[in-house]
Parts: sequence; C-alpha cells; structure tokens
Amino acid sequence: MKEIDVAVVKEKVKELFTEAAYVIGNDVYSALLENKKTEKSPVGQSVLDQLIKNYDIAKEERMAVCQDTGYAVVFLEVGQEVMLKGGDINEAVNQGVREAYEEGYLRKSVVKEPIFDRKNTGDNTPAIIYYNIVPGDKLDIKVTAKGFGSENMSAIKMLVPADGLQGVKNFIIETVKKAGPNPCPPIIVGVGVGGTMEKAAMMSKQALLREVGVHNEDPNYAQLEKDLLHEINKLGIGPAGIGGNTTALAVNVNYHPTHIAGLPVAVNICCHAARHGHAVL
Amino acid sequence: MEPIRLTTPLTEEQVRNLKAGDNVLISGVIYTGRDAAHKRMIEALDRGEKLPFDPEGQVIYYVGPTPTKPGHAIGSCGPTSSYRMDPFAPRLLDLGLRGMIGKGKRNDQVIDSMKKNGAVYFGAIGGAAALISKSVVKCDIIAYEDLGPEAVRRLEIKDFPVIVIIDSEGNNLYNTKPIED
Repeated sequence: MKEIDVAVVKEKVKELFTEAAYVIGNDVYSALLENKKTEKSPVGQSVLDQLIKNYDIAKEERMAVCQDTGYAVVFLEVGQEVMLKGGDINEAVNQGVREAYEEGYLRKSVVKEPIFDRKNTGDNTPAIIYYNIVPGDKLDIKVTAKGFGSENMSAIKMLVPADGLQGVKNFIIETVKKAGPNPCPPIIVGVGVGGTMEKAAMMSKQALLREVGVHNEDPNYAQLEKDLLHEINKLGIGPAGIGGNTTALAVNVNYHPTHIAGLPVAVNICCHAARHGHAVL
Repeated sequence: MEPIRLTTPLTEEQVRNLKAGDNVLISGVIYTGRDAAHKRMIEALDRGEKLPFDPEGQVIYYVGPTPTKPGHAIGSCGPTSSYRMDPFAPRLLDLGLRGMIGKGKRNDQVIDSMKKNGAVYFGAIGGAAALISKSVVKCDIIAYEDLGPEAVRRLEIKDFPVIVIIDSEGNNLYNTKPIED
C-alpha cells in the first residue's frame, strides 16, 4: 500500500486550478500562432493577435485569462494500491478549489441550486469530482476549469446505427454551426461516440482534456478528427464569430463500445481558453 | 480603417451613424449587468421602481469580472454571451438604452427593438478578458452587491475596443459565409 495524505491532494488541486486560470497551455498557444499564419481574413487575424496578446498579459501579470474562470471539474484516477489518509478526499479537493479561487482572485461562478435558489456559493465549490479505480499505486489528477459560454452550446443526440458515419458528422457539424459566435471561437470540439447516454457525455468532456494536436490512436478516429476539423473550418464562422477559416483549433473524438441498437453522440464545446491541468502523485 | 472614437452618453444620431463592421473605441462611463442583475432590474421596473442607473443614452456591458487584484482597476473582464439577456433587453432599449456590449447572437425581438429605438450591439472579443481590463480606468459597484460577480458596476473606460456587430438597421456581422474549397 502507498499512503497519500489528502492534504497533498488539496495542495496539488489548488496549484493546478491556479495555473490553469493564469497560463494557457502551450498546445492552445501554439495552435493560435499556427492558425494566424493560415487565417485568411484580416479581421480574423487581428482577433487571433488580440487573443495571443491576452494570453501574454494574463501570464505576465498572473491574471485570469478569462473572467469566466469556470466550473471546477476534477478527474481522479486512484491506483488500487493507494490509501488516502488524513481526511475526506472530497473535502480535500473542494478545499483546493476553494483556496485557488479565493486566494487567486478567480471568479466564483457556482450557484447552490439551479431552479429555486440560484444563490452564489461564494467559493466556487462544490467541484464536480469523478473517480476511477485503476491498477497501480499512483493518484492521477486531471482538472479542467470549464467556461459556460461554450458549455451551453454543447449537445447530445441518440442516433441509431443506420445514421452511421455521415449521421455522426452531420450532428457534430450542425452543433458547431448552431453555436456560431457564442462559444468564443476558435473552439475545441470534444466528442464522445458510443457507450450509453451518460458515457457519451462523459467521453466528450474527457476528449477536451486531450491536448490540441494529439489525435486518437485509432487511425479511423484520427482521420475522422482531421476530416471534421476541415469541415468545421469551412463553415466560415471564424475567430470571435466574425468570419474566417479558423473556427476550431481541434476536434477530439473518444469512443466506447455501444449497444446493437444505438449510436449515441455527445458534443462538448470548449472556448479557445481550454484550461486544464494534470499531475501524478 | 481608423477606429471611430465615441464618448458616452450616446445620442440616437451617433448610434444611427454606426455601421456593422465599424471598429469603435469607447470612452466615458458604462454600466455592467448580466443574468441575475437583468432579472432584478426588470422586476424593479415591474414594481414601478427606479433602476440603479438611468438607461437613457447609456451603454450596458454584459460582464461578470473576476475580483480586482490590489493595484489593478478591475479584474479580468471579457464579455459574456448576450443571448441570455435577450428576454430583458427590449424593455431597457425602450427606456433609451443606446448600446449593449457582449458577444454572440441576439434574437429578432432585440434586433427589432434596436431598429425601432435606435440602438447598437457592440461585440468585444470573447476570452480576451485580461487585455480588455486594460481599457478600464475605474470600477465601482453601484447596486445588487449581494450578487457578487453579477452586481451592477459603474465602469470608467478609456478607448475600450469594440466592433459594431449589429447596427440600428439590423445589419449583422455574424452573418458570415461558408468558405469554398
């Protein structure tokens, strides 16, 4: 057994959310620089320039890259040989989020109940925490601070087997088209195909944790990702939605075996400020 | 093209001269408001009460900034999605609101009201929140402090960069065209 104190987890969660809020990942930053070279619209280029400048300022001054510092989502992969000691792991994660948002001047964007009492909880908790038990003695922590301008543009559809590849592509492209300028393009498109309804949704979120530029290991899915990116960038939505050929920076598709009767597809859209962090204890 | 410089409050004539695609640098005072503040403002009007500010000639910015760090005028403060304020906007436009700053689409009711009243919809760049904060000189909460990031703030701004997305004739910069291979 390997013992890990939950206080260490708390510190790591705090650090990951703080860094994610201030410093955009190299994957997104490089993709913006690359796309500036291929963007054909002068206005689109100017928007990309301003986004790059924004990321430079945020990093330099340790300011949030976006005022929507997101809903805190945490994925914990717990090795089955790990024993978490020193307190409640859920509370430790929430404390990490609380400290990151309070001490880091990040916006608290969570209300305690969705319909009857939308009162701000004041500390951006509770985080949404997913656990997965895996072999080994490591604790793998992945976090994402998910902005809701793009989250609101996400969609899920239960397609049927006869809809096939074309049906899947149509739904994904329609979702992006319908979102238009709303989710702060250039966007990252996370897709989950297969499984059950909630599995597809979950995979679409996990797909967003994958770095921009890294493709699915399955060659069919890698090709699908490239084809979808090409199609989406032909929509003409462009940076900030005011025209251009840089509508998306990446399309990441994850899949899972599914039922003989089904073909679930979930599309989770993320703005260019795709903030995520990863650590292994 | 040189940007157009405007100082608030805006007149109907100034607003009607703006065209979709114009780059504008706004200076002066603007007010913030997003989902919860709009709901409260409309409820106040329903009760016959006054708003936290008189909308006549003013510009409202759809934003919920991050907390202000010491030594800064404001936190990160980029635009939020405007369509969520669509159910409330025509009521404020009828009271003389001349401009809205946000990002993303507006519905037909808002656009019709803009045409009727003489108002304009400006876009700020979504996700450029640290950069945009440099155009804000001063920020004071003037109402609904309990709403935290959603409280109504009075912002003093200097050369705040926006683009006219929808003008008072209803021309819309978001009507972009697909790209041919």
